[in-house]
Amino acid sequence: MNQVMDYIEMKIPAKPDYVGVIRLTLSGIASRMGFTYEEIEDIKIAISEATTNAVQHAYQNDEGGEIIVGFGIYPDKLEMMVADYGQSFNFIQTKKELGPYTKSSTVDDLAEGGLGLFLIETLMDEVRVSNQSGVTVFMVKNVSGERENHDQTISNREAN
Amino acid sequence: MNLLIDKYHNNVDTVVKIAGEIDAFTAPQLRDELLPLAEGKNQSIVISLKDVSYLDSTGLGVFVGLFKQLKKNEGELKLVDLSDRLKRLFEITGLSNIITIATN
Repeated sequence: MNQVMDYIEMKIPAKPDYVGVIRLTLSGIASRMGFTYEEIEDIKIAISEATTNAVQHAYQNDEGGEIIVGFGIYPDKLEMMVADYGQSFNFIQTKKELGPYTKSSTVDDLAEGGLGLFLIETLMDEVRVSNQSGVTVFMVKNVSGERENHDQTISNREAN
Repeated sequence: MNLLIDKYHNNVDTVVKIAGEIDAFTAPQLRDELLPLAEGKNQSIVISLKDVSYLDSTGLGVFVGLFKQLKKNEGELKLVDLSDRLKRLFEITGLSNIITIATN
């Protein structure tokens, strides 16, 4: 079944300056789609984290360059893709290092990075990462009405 | 997008008020302003997040870095005036188990 999709694409310099611009675009798109305020705030975090990851990986390779953000707008969901064309990072290895801090974490265990991917996975309904030529993060958020019981936003998620 | 950071000292603590969005662009500025506060021994820092309109892992990383530095020098960190949303962000990342968040 073909779903009608509207597609919006942005190309930005791989600089932290422009992460906020992506957030504003996301707000504009998502608020037309029937997402709740809380859901939009969650998606803003997820897309900022993905864009920030792309910026930081571009930096690490001294590449500067550009990041492409694509939005696939469907009646019942929003797909987002953030891509850069630098080095890929090892998703599986990174994923192993993910997770919330628990009471048993010592100060030494605290990593200052690494939470980004964890937040994306927690806040989005589907997340995929491609390791071929560059890092691509693909995320999906379903519009509430159609969803099963995965109603987790930051506001109503049970604390661990 | 501007991040506003206001600092003052009273007899007990250094009080910091942050207003604006904390993300990849503004987090380095926040780090540069906060880390020096943790250099002495027994520093007590209270940070109000009342007017923070956006926060993600880049900002959380700054608070974690500050916390670690303070702990090294036997200091203390307390975050206050968090919206329910910000509180939940600290909870789902587990950071509320480690950093003191004032409850209202």
